[in-house]
Amino acid sequence: MRLINQNPSKGTRWMLAIIPMMLIAIVYLVNSHLRLVDNPEDKLLPSVSQMVDAVKLMAFTEDPSTGSYLMLDDTLASLKRLGLGLAIVAFLGLMLGILLGAIPLVRASLSPLVGVISMVPPLAILPILFIVFGLDELSKVMLIVIGLTPMLARDLEQRARELPKEIIIKAQTLGANSWTVMIRVILPQLLARLLTSLRLLMGSAWLFLISAEAISATEGLGYRIFLVRRYLAMDVILPYVLWITLLAWLTDYALKKLHHLCFPWAEGAGA
Amino acid sequence: MSFIEFKNVWQRYGDHVVLEGLNLQIEEGEFCTLVGASGCGKSTFLRMLLGQETPAKGEILLDGKTLAAEPDQSRGVVFQKYSVFPHLTVLENVVIGMEFSASPFWGRFLGSKKKEARRKATEILQRVGLEHHLHQYPSALSGGMQQRLAIAQALIAQPRILLLDEPFGALDPGIRKDMHALMLALCKETKLTVFMVTHDLSEGFHLGTRLMVFDKVRVDPHAPKAYGARITYDIKLNQDRHKQQEQVAILPSHVLKQTN
Repeated sequence: MRLINQNPSKGTRWMLAIIPMMLIAIVYLVNSHLRLVDNPEDKLLPSVSQMVDAVKLMAFTEDPSTGSYLMLDDTLASLKRLGLGLAIVAFLGLMLGILLGAIPLVRASLSPLVGVISMVPPLAILPILFIVFGLDELSKVMLIVIGLTPMLARDLEQRARELPKEIIIKAQTLGANSWTVMIRVILPQLLARLLTSLRLLMGSAWLFLISAEAISATEGLGYRIFLVRRYLAMDVILPYVLWITLLAWLTDYALKKLHHLCFPWAEGAGA
Repeated sequence: MSFIEFKNVWQRYGDHVVLEGLNLQIEEGEFCTLVGASGCGKSTFLRMLLGQETPAKGEILLDGKTLAAEPDQSRGVVFQKYSVFPHLTVLENVVIGMEFSASPFWGRFLGSKKKEARRKATEILQRVGLEHHLHQYPSALSGGMQQRLAIAQALIAQPRILLLDEPFGALDPGIRKDMHALMLALCKETKLTVFMVTHDLSEGFHLGTRLMVFDKVRVDPHAPKAYGARITYDIKLNQDRHKQQEQVAILPSHVLKQTN
């Protein structure tokens, strides 16, 4: 049978998925062991037990001076920024996307501008954000907003324009005006797309968040890993990276489930 | 004064003349079927009636007034594809046909009005045989059922003109027959004026009270786009089968070939 026609069974699929991850883990553990045997003070590739100890310290030990748990605080701070940023992005992106997609006059006036703005590398204007919005929460949220809104708006504009024109005409023959076409025909269909787009943008959102936290913050996941980098604390950095990955994966999964739940019509056939 | 009047209507895209010199009078309640080879401007004709396009020259009058240059409630439409809203269930797809005109801001009904609208929608869905699929999404329906839904949806808004662009072109023959019966019954009940584009000449004869054949009269082999199509045969169909057969017999063979 040709290679392109060989589909793995369910069991094989799992096995094939696990093999590369196992390989990476084994390569890591072997090298970590070799380095630690060579030099017990080595910090580059900490052993599993060292990382467990670090996690115990960061996540499950109460800070004697503040009575809080460091990793929990970091997580909450980061998720708050991320959540707030993404909520604003979703709202603005959706508004802009609908207006650009549905109204030719708005599109003619704003589409080129949005196109240009989306080309500005967001990290390049981070200093401006710090100057304008200060070093507090606002500038970190703004980085996410400024970085992602144009991307989302352009994507949703494109989706809105890809809706079959027959649908839009049909709505008009049923007596719809511009406003009701937008809220009852275009908006519901873009909401389905919004969740998919947000899933794709999550990676960039984390990138912007961690960059902003790395430069100026007093707590947060990104702040922490950049802080402990000074002490070469790989035993903290690695668990944090794994934790961030897990959070990102969970959000992705949640958005996927939400899409499934809210927009059953958008699944499968797509007609 | 006729219900719909075409006065020397031309349509062209750039240098490409699609339709030329159309002069027509159509009375209320006529069922016009439009046949002709592909690229002969049948769909363009429909789009002009719909208001999706405006004629390059001449004018179209509806009740003596120039036709609105954008689609509105006076003209319902059923396309071959994408005629229903994918994000609404069968019932909601019909209810929205009442909500749009009655609720210009929210675009939806609440409370007792909603109940009433749902009742009306259920009635018409029963009429087209979809009463057991009220809460399904269109993607779960077959092609024939989707077109039934599209017809129900178009009729609920009570248009005066119904435009059908090859509505049954993608359906298989058995289902097509059912749809013909449905169309004829619906037209008998209402005073609807219908325009239907079809590739199937027998369908045109079966459903229509008037058959229009689109064809190019003038062809310049060096500039194939220089001349547009006209309505070369405009046949009033009636119940008299013999007369009808005679009328078919006078159609030139190339028209019969192109449309079958």
